[in-house]
Amino acid sequence: MNQRILSKGLISLALLLFFQAIAFAQPADSTQVSSGDEDLLSLLDPEEEQTYTSATFKTTRIINMHSVENAAAGVMDFRISHRFGFINTGAYDLFGLDQALMRFGLEYGITDRLMVGMGRSNVNKAYDSFLKYKIIRQGSGKRNVPLSVSYFASVVCNTVKWADPNRDNYFSSRLQYTHQLLIARKFNNDLSLQLTPTLVHKNLVPTLQDKNDILAMGFGGRYKLTQRFSVNGEYIYVLPNQITSTYYNSLSLGVDIETGGHVFQLHLTNSTSMLEPGFITESVGQWKNGGIHFGFNVSRVFTVKDKRANPED
Amino acid sequence: MKKLILATALVAISFGATAQRYFSKTAHIKFFSHTSAEDIKADNYKSTIIIDQATGAVQVETLIKSFEFEKALMQEHFNENYLESDKYPKANFKGKGDFSKVNFAADGNYSVNVAGQMTMHGATKDVSAIATIKIAGGKIDGSTKFFVNPRDYNVQIPDVVKGQISEKIEVTVKATLQPLK
Repeated sequence: MNQRILSKGLISLALLLFFQAIAFAQPADSTQVSSGDEDLLSLLDPEEEQTYTSATFKTTRIINMHSVENAAAGVMDFRISHRFGFINTGAYDLFGLDQALMRFGLEYGITDRLMVGMGRSNVNKAYDSFLKYKIIRQGSGKRNVPLSVSYFASVVCNTVKWADPNRDNYFSSRLQYTHQLLIARKFNNDLSLQLTPTLVHKNLVPTLQDKNDILAMGFGGRYKLTQRFSVNGEYIYVLPNQITSTYYNSLSLGVDIETGGHVFQLHLTNSTSMLEPGFITESVGQWKNGGIHFGFNVSRVFTVKDKRANPED
Repeated sequence: MKKLILATALVAISFGATAQRYFSKTAHIKFFSHTSAEDIKADNYKSTIIIDQATGAVQVETLIKSFEFEKALMQEHFNENYLESDKYPKANFKGKGDFSKVNFAADGNYSVNVAGQMTMHGATKDVSAIATIKIAGGKIDGSTKFFVNPRDYNVQIPDVVKGQISEKIEVTVKATLQPLK
């Protein structure tokens, strides 16, 4: 009895599904008649994947200034910045080559957006640490984002012996801070430009004419001549009446050369320091009388931690 | 009992008849370049594939930027210097395969010849490969493997790294397909 009801039910279910199948098969047949070359992928209503612009600059610095580029997540960047002496010191110093001013640093990408770094420079025996965070990333796809914006903050600690040890000297007097917004756009494969509003704060300044808070605007850019070679330039305009007239605005010109895991940056700059408070507010060299340094930055990256979502197949 | 089997068979056939297209949006494309100097490998888990059984058409599409490398710098160079993904963001394949012999409704293994054209880095070339389709417990797994020479797609390789990039790069595609409703 029960079995009969069950089998009747099953048969009617089967028939129902069978007719349904025929009904469903109908539209499929009609497309079969149409061309077989239709764009099948459009049937999947493809959602646009958001892609971010990569390599706005070849490395984390334009020349002295930070660029919007970060060390990628899990990547350690060992970096040496080197400036020879002023070219106008003449043949006796072999046009500056006798002198060596340098910073070495270790910099690390914690996430794809956040990087940190620290270094030591022999200019003012300075230790520095910084962080850089990508707030907005240029990209396209779901949303079109025309530019990248990063925030950069650093602390520099000068450790030169006190000029007058008999005075009340405070550790805080050694500290200088920099805050920057890095606003950049990669216009095309070759041209990228960056605007960098900057605030430098010095806890201690030498004279009354020197301000503790200094506002400046940095301009930087690169133009790629080949896939692995670009020319770079940067100029930092310090707003008037903030620093004494013995200091000049920083102007640097250079090239980036990329070879496998290295990026070499060769440049000419009137700035002696390789740290923000120094090159933005304390550049004593003048281009017009040869007060420029020849210098280079070398970057070597190491993948410390594999941060891919699916590291192995 | 016989009727039960008949009913199940009918159900199976009816499902088979409704779904003639199969797809995946999470197909895995892997490439592997082997040279004595260096092995280079990258994975892309965001590729789209669709098969139309009735017409035999196969289409695959992927974003170049979705290839992940172990070394971030290598990934940057792949996009920036080799595949120029800003200029050529996607790679795709359009072809035909003899899928009529595949019974997607029952367990089984099939080898299907697929041939068509692959477009990458602005260049289009003929590609053919044997795809394997394995159906087990309602799960449809497709896979294939073929070789690509980067020179065929006008990918510029500087002399200094010529020894590190193979002229026969192995490409593997794996996807779990589902019927398109």
